[in-house]
Amino acid sequence: MNTATPKGGSNVSLARRAWAIRRNALRMGEVQGQGYIGQALGVADVLAVSYFHALNYRAAEPEWEGRDRFLLSIGHYAIALYAAMIEAGILPEDEIGTYGMDDSRMPMSGMAAYTPGMEITGGSLGHGLGIAVGMALGLKRKKNPAFVYNMLSDGELGEGSTWEAVMSAVQWKLDNLIAIVDFNDQQADGKTTAALANVPEAGRWSAFGWFAQEVDGNDMDAVVAAFDAARAHKGDQPRVIICNTKMCKGIPFLEDREITHFVRVEPEEWARALNILDEGKPQ
Amino acid sequence: MSDQELSRRSSKYTPRKAPEGERLATSAMIASLDSEGRDTIAAPFGHALVDMAKDRDDIVGLTADLSKYTDLHVFAKAYPDRFYQMGMAEAVMVSAAAGLAREGFTPFATTYAVFASRRAYDFIIMAIAEENLPVKIVCALPGLTTGYGPSHQATEDLAIMRGMPNLTIIDPCDAVEIDQATRAIADHPGPVYMRLLRGQVPNVLGEYGYQFKMGKAQMLRDGRDVLFVSSGFMTMRVLDAAKQLQADGVDCGVLHVPTIKPLDVETIVAEASKSGRLVVTAENHSVTGGLGEAVAATLMRAGVHVPFRQIGLPDAFLDAGALPTLHDQYGISVDAVTASVKSWL
Ligand SMILES: Cc1ncc(C[n+]2csc(CCOP(=O)(O)OP(=O)(O)O)c2C)c(N)n1
Ligand SMILES: [Mg+2]
Repeated sequence: MNTATPKGGSNVSLARRAWAIRRNALRMGEVQGQGYIGQALGVADVLAVSYFHALNYRAAEPEWEGRDRFLLSIGHYAIALYAAMIEAGILPEDEIGTYGMDDSRMPMSGMAAYTPGMEITGGSLGHGLGIAVGMALGLKRKKNPAFVYNMLSDGELGEGSTWEAVMSAVQWKLDNLIAIVDFNDQQADGKTTAALANVPEAGRWSAFGWFAQEVDGNDMDAVVAAFDAARAHKGDQPRVIICNTKMCKGIPFLEDREITHFVRVEPEEWARALNILDEGKPQ
Repeated sequence: MSDQELSRRSSKYTPRKAPEGERLATSAMIASLDSEGRDTIAAPFGHALVDMAKDRDDIVGLTADLSKYTDLHVFAKAYPDRFYQMGMAEAVMVSAAAGLAREGFTPFATTYAVFASRRAYDFIIMAIAEENLPVKIVCALPGLTTGYGPSHQATEDLAIMRGMPNLTIIDPCDAVEIDQATRAIADHPGPVYMRLLRGQVPNVLGEYGYQFKMGKAQMLRDGRDVLFVSSGFMTMRVLDAAKQLQADGVDCGVLHVPTIKPLDVETIVAEASKSGRLVVTAENHSVTGGLGEAVAATLMRAGVHVPFRQIGLPDAFLDAGALPTLHDQYGISVDAVTASVKSWL
C-alpha cells in the first residue's frame, strides 16, 4: 500500500491517479484495438508521480511560461502521456475515443503540433535529451527556475545522440534537467539488456557525472522519493532517475503474456482488463 | 526580446478541432499494403536472403533493433551466427557494416528508411559510399507507408540518397521484385540503398512475367495516350489506374523504373519520345528530388519536350492517420491517380 501523497493539498491518492492513467490508456487501446498498452501500463506510476506530485503546470494553460517542461522523446508512449494529461485536465476526457483516428488531436505517435501539452515531436528516438539540454540552457538564460524533464526509454540509450546529450548536460552543469528513463527491458526486437544496455545503468550515468538514482518504477513511494531527491539535490549536475518498470503492470493476465514491444490484446480482452482494473480501484 | 516573445513557442501547435463522425484508425506501423485483396507473399526479402546465404558465406545481416520489422528476422533465425543485433544505433550499424565489408563480407543492414537516410547519412556517405564498399542498406517504411507522421514517413529519402555518389538506389514494386532485386544487389560490387515492403507483400508483377534487371526500366504495358513512369508500389497503383482509365477509353502505358539511380536514361528518353503521350511520373515520395524530378531533368537534357505531370507527395510534413485516408488525401491512391490523369487530359 503506498503512502505517498500528492502535492497541492489534493486528497486524491497517487495510486488512484495511476489507476486512472491505466484506465484511460486501456480505453484508448480499446478504440484502436491495439496500441502500446504494455508501455502505458508499465509507466503509469511514474507518470502519476510526474503529473500529480512533481511537475508545476497549469492545466488550462499548457504553454504557461512558468511550467516545468516535460519532454516525451518516445513518441510511441504518447498513449501513456495522453492518459496522464487527460487525468490532469490538460486534455478533454471525451476525446479518448478519437485516439489514433483520422483528425484526432491524439495521434499514435506524439507530436507537438497536434496536442496541447505535448512539448516536442517524438518518435525519431534519441532527440529528447538533446532538446532538453537546449531548453535547460534557455531557462537558465531567462532566469526561469522551471525544470526540464525528459522521459526517455531504455531503447533510446542505444542512440549515440543520447550520450552526446548526456555529456553536454554535465558540461553545462544543468542542475535544472531531470532525465527519467523508463527501463522496461524491452525494445523492438527483444530485451534491452540483450542489446546495448547490459551494464549497471545508474553507474553508467554517474560515471558521466550525473546525479543518478535507480528505483523500482512501480513502487510509488520509491518513485516519489527519487523525484524529491532529484529536485532537492544540491550538486550542479543534471539528474537522472532510472525507473525499472514492468510492462503491462496492473493487469495480471497481460503481465503473464509473452512480453513484446507491441503486446497483442484480443478484442474481448480490453473489457476484461478494464474490469480487473475497476475491481482494484484504489481510494 | 520581450517576455512574450521569450515565452512564445516557436513550434507550430495549431489547435485542431476535435473530430466528429466516423473516422478511420491509424494502421499499425507494420502496415504492409496487404489489405488490398491481392495475392501476397510473406517476407520476400528475408527469404531471398536466406536462400542466397546457403551458397554465400560472405553474406551477413545487421539491424538497428528492427529485424522483426524489416523481415531480417527470417535470416537471423536461419543463420543466428551471421546476424548482428546492433541495438537501436543506426550510426554504428552502418559504420560496422562498412567495417565488415572491408574485411570481405557482404553486409545487409536494415532499419526504417527515415533512420538510414536521415540519421545515418554521414556514416553511409563517408564510410561506405566514398569507399565504394558493397554494403546493402535495406529499409522498410519507404515514403508514405505508415500513418505515424513525419518521424516515420520517409517522404524525402530518395532525394537525400540521390545526392550520394556511387550509391545505387532501388525502389521495388512488389514481392516478386523484392525477391529478384535482393539477389541482384547481393551480386552488385558497390553500395546499394533499397526500399522495402515487408510482411505480407502483394504479388503484382508475377502475371507480367517480370524479371528485375539492375539499372533497367521496363515497359509493363503499352498505351497511346498516357505514359506512366513509376517506381515502387506506385507501379501497382498506376497499373490499376490504367485499367480504370481504359474503361474510360484512355490508353495508358506503364514504364516501371525500379532503379532510381543510375537512371535508365536511354529507355526513359526513348519511351517519352514516342509522340502524342502525356508523360506522368508517379512515386511514393515527395515531388522534390525523387523520380519525377529525375525524369524531368533527363528529358530536358535530352531535348525531349513533352507534356509532363508529376504524381507524388507534397513537399510538406504529412499528417498522421490511416493510410487509405492519407493516400487519397495526398493523391497516390488508385482513384486519386485516375482522377488526376483525367483532369489533365
Ligand atoms: C532513431 C529510431 N530508430 C528506430 C526506431 C524504431 N523503433 C520504434 S520503438 C523502438 C524500440 C525502442 O526501444 P524502447 O523505446 O525501449 O521500446 P519499448 O520499451 O517501447 O518496447 C524502435 C527501434 C525509432 N523510432 N527511432
Ligand atoms: Mg523499452
